[in-house]
Amino acid sequence: MSDQEVPLGALHRRLGARMVPFAGYQMPLQYSSIREEHQAVRERAGLFDVSHMGEVRVGGPDAMGYLQRLVTNDVGKLEVGQAQYTVMCREDGGIVDDLLVYRDPDGYMCVVNAARHDDDLAWMRRQLPPSGVGLEDQSDQTCLLAVQGPLSLRILAPLAEGGELGAIPYYHHRAGRVLGVPVRISRTGYTGEDGFELYCDREAAEELFEGILDRGRSQGLLPAGLGARDTLRLEAGFRLYGQDITLEREPISAGLGWVVKLDKGDFVGREALVGAKAQPQLSFIGLRLLGRGIPRPHQPILAGAEPIGEITSGSYGFSVGAGIAMGYVRPGSAPKGSEVGVALRADPAEVGAAQVVALPFYRRPT
Amino acid sequence: MSDPNLVRFTKTHEWVRPEGTGEAVIGISDHAQAQLGDVIFLELPAPGAHLAAGQRFGAVESVKAASDLYSPVSGEVLDVNQVAVTAPEIVNQDPQGEGWLLRVRLEGEIPTGLLDPLAYDAFAEGDSH
Repeated sequence: MSDQEVPLGALHRRLGARMVPFAGYQMPLQYSSIREEHQAVRERAGLFDVSHMGEVRVGGPDAMGYLQRLVTNDVGKLEVGQAQYTVMCREDGGIVDDLLVYRDPDGYMCVVNAARHDDDLAWMRRQLPPSGVGLEDQSDQTCLLAVQGPLSLRILAPLAEGGELGAIPYYHHRAGRVLGVPVRISRTGYTGEDGFELYCDREAAEELFEGILDRGRSQGLLPAGLGARDTLRLEAGFRLYGQDITLEREPISAGLGWVVKLDKGDFVGREALVGAKAQPQLSFIGLRLLGRGIPRPHQPILAGAEPIGEITSGSYGFSVGAGIAMGYVRPGSAPKGSEVGVALRADPAEVGAAQVVALPFYRRPT
Repeated sequence: MSDPNLVRFTKTHEWVRPEGTGEAVIGISDHAQAQLGDVIFLELPAPGAHLAAGQRFGAVESVKAASDLYSPVSGEVLDVNQVAVTAPEIVNQDPQGEGWLLRVRLEGEIPTGLLDPLAYDAFAEGDSH
């Protein structure tokens, strides 16, 4: 199966992007360099096209009750204009996907991972009650652009209509216009920086991307690709579906217990998660390399010569200045502050020392 | 006869440029840096070390992968590019210029079988598909 072209594919190529296959799409990996784009987002701002993400609307009189059963977080607490991070699980607690749930005056919108889109939709349809809830997959006609970094507000505010952008709190959203294009403006992101995500119609996405880039360049805004998105989200401690969380992992072990609300009433996977909470199978930890080297997914985490776990995400943290990783270990085997080993190369003799540290690796200055 | 001081390439994507004084400079190709992406760490031998043609002499680690380096020639390391060691992004920005890795004193002949720039480009083109 060949990879799908994203709506902005031609624009990315024109901007010099190196395109790579990701989740069934040809996506921009980088335009200049990962380092440069990473630093732009930390110090100024970066513009990402993440249109591969899936958008599924949930409507109808019983939409709230349906979502309460579908996901682990408490959708009942979600006000109109708010967004919530959550996961949905199978009966055995295995994570089907992590997602954002938006509530607006007309109902809810779930934003899911591109690689999980088809499975998610099948799963969501299977959980539907006979009536009272409607699902509408809007992924094909929706594009998602993210402006991330400390200058995001300063860059976007003059381009926006419909109210003061700065008045939108973190994890809130509203309808508005940017450069005249109707968008849903959300103060969310996947980088650990302040920023906005803009949902728009696919026909308007190119105009919006180019317009924001043109107006933002003078303030240091750069187009940024998946490479920087990965190093930024890793520093911010955000899990990546397919690596850090999978169908084989439940959210308690993944350190996502804060999105599991066992007291909200019944939901799919609740029983399994009650068990996981009583006795977690694994611990999710952060590792910072003490010397040179870059930890990679699937490499073992060692206590002496003994394997105690495995890395699920690893890369170089440009803002941390060291190789960093996240992964699972046996509970109690790697307390914070302790030192463990990480196999750095195929050669088993090459083991790097790493310190177990709290997540996130990077926190933006406040 | 081709220019003896012409830069030549290995099939493992290193280059060597004889300097006409019995010395030569070694680095990685533009194709290699593009394939690797952002270079983060370089592991290079110290001055005084001896390289053997075709043998591993170090490694380059990028965000994407770690890759061994193989010497195009035999020789003694005279100098290591400290700029590249401390700011390895220079290897991405100018791999065949300021981003050089080692200066060596050649021992023996430049191996035949290294590729001239045209032959290397053709090889690299095929290698990336």
